[in-house]
Amino acid sequence: MPASLHLDLVPLLPELVLTVAALLLLVLGAARERVRAAGIVAPLTVLALLVAAALAGVLDRTPQTLLGGHFRFDAMAAFLKVLVFLGVAASLLLGSSYVEDERIDRFELPLLALFSALGMGLMVSAESLLGLYMALELQSLPLYVMAAFQRDQLRSTEAGLKYFVLGALASGMLLYGCSLIYGFTGTLSFTTLAQSFGPGSPAGVPTGAVVGLVFVIAGLAFKLAAVPFHMWTPDVYEGAPTSVTAFLAAAPKVAAVGLTLRLLMGPMADWVGQWQQVVALVALASMVLGALAGLVQTNIKRLMAYSGIANVGFALVGVAAGTREGVEAALVYVAIYLAMTLGAFGCILAMRRQGTYVERIDELAGLSTRQPLLAAALAIFMFSLAGIPPLAGFFGKYFVFFAAVKAGLVWLAIAGVLASVVAAYYYLRIVKLAYFDPPAEPFEPPSGPGLRLVTGLAAILVAGFVVLPGPLFDAAAGAAASLGPPAPTAPVR
Amino acid sequence: MGVIPLGHYLTLAATLFTIGVFGIFLNRKNVIVILMSVELILLAVNINFVAFSVALGDLAGQVFAMFILTVAAAEAAIGLAIVVVYFRNRGSIEVEDINLMRG
Repeated sequence: MPASLHLDLVPLLPELVLTVAALLLLVLGAARERVRAAGIVAPLTVLALLVAAALAGVLDRTPQTLLGGHFRFDAMAAFLKVLVFLGVAASLLLGSSYVEDERIDRFELPLLALFSALGMGLMVSAESLLGLYMALELQSLPLYVMAAFQRDQLRSTEAGLKYFVLGALASGMLLYGCSLIYGFTGTLSFTTLAQSFGPGSPAGVPTGAVVGLVFVIAGLAFKLAAVPFHMWTPDVYEGAPTSVTAFLAAAPKVAAVGLTLRLLMGPMADWVGQWQQVVALVALASMVLGALAGLVQTNIKRLMAYSGIANVGFALVGVAAGTREGVEAALVYVAIYLAMTLGAFGCILAMRRQGTYVERIDELAGLSTRQPLLAAALAIFMFSLAGIPPLAGFFGKYFVFFAAVKAGLVWLAIAGVLASVVAAYYYLRIVKLAYFDPPAEPFEPPSGPGLRLVTGLAAILVAGFVVLPGPLFDAAAGAAASLGPPAPTAPVR
Repeated sequence: MGVIPLGHYLTLAATLFTIGVFGIFLNRKNVIVILMSVELILLAVNINFVAFSVALGDLAGQVFAMFILTVAAAEAAIGLAIVVVYFRNRGSIEVEDINLMRG
């Protein structure tokens, strides 16, 4: 295969930067003594991620396949890579003071995040089943370790153990699905799949491949934390160190939604009849369970877990639509979700009293009298998550429901609106606690500049989205347009 | 003695896969059994890939199986490491004892 020996590494520059940075920082961290290493490695990791995001943003977006056809760089990959790398960098900045206070400021933590970010970057450009699997594992394996990073705390190690067991099971199901798709279609490549089973091809969709596709969707649902594969989420969110929870809740979800879109709307776009109902049911169940189970939570990290489940449900509504508008809406939704979640976790990471971090929702009582700025930011994120109009969250929900209605899934859109009304209760309860309840003891002022910067920036983005929504919509539209049957170049085989 | 047909390999793999999944969910004893079940699932998938690869006359499936073996090793290493830190904190790896957080 001389054609695939030709290596064009330019579109891989963001990943190359991350790989080289990760390896160099690993050596640097090992060469320095423990305490001082983290102080250097963490900022350099953030720098590498920002460089990678900038590169992904400026590279030429003409679709092309890479590395023997296992990966593909196009506008969609570029859009999601920028989001993912910025999300990882932001969550590292958010957690920078937390890790110092909790004495987990070892240099391995940012490096694991960096390797995971590399996996996420590859996930959103996967173009074959092999690329998909390897990228997913590269993203997941560091996350298991990060969840268990507070290794002298029972809670954290239990979270890591649960995450690992269920994550490994999910990988197994996904792989079993991949093997069936491979066996019944004879190819690993998305490009060939799209060509062999696209419109006008005489071959119908083989039943075995459909069974495989259901297994793959189940595996992806695990990674997305969508119902009925969400069981790990609340425990892992609660048990993992809060900075790691912020990380888990943000970028990996974006990457997993991106991967789902790439798989379902790329080679499987013509199989929409086979997967639409499955995805629609998963979306429905996630929205409803996320809304109902969130009502009874007292721990704010558990609440954010259920909020995350509901939000994945909303994003999947866009996927279930199975149209270009649906893809665009889902992309806009995950971008907004990223900003809202990072901001909300910024507020959670600021809940510190007498040197210890608190997690009970009641502890927010009367926040507005003591720390009006933090309370205002919290209110912005909660209103946005609830979907109150002028804020970004409203537009995210509006466009996914609109896409669903246009695709004929009116029942799904109605169920989604009802679920978001129910979920509004728990978001607004937090605002009520912060503004109208008698004040509890004040929190210590947020210590890190990174925390203040990211939370402030997220608040501005979420509140100011209505003023300048154009760039995000244009980028998402360009990304959605680049999906679909890829150009016939150098298939894997 | 003829050639073993593809269906037999697939049945074997499906059986092993199912045993692995049930091993994770029905197992009430200890975490090591869960790790073994995970390995069983991955190896069942490998049988599938290699059998399909031979049946299709296409090497990609065997290459995939190699990658799975590599990842399985990394996964086992991480899993065992997490079990060790968990054991240090809890003093037990019984599945019933993993119950600090409800869920």
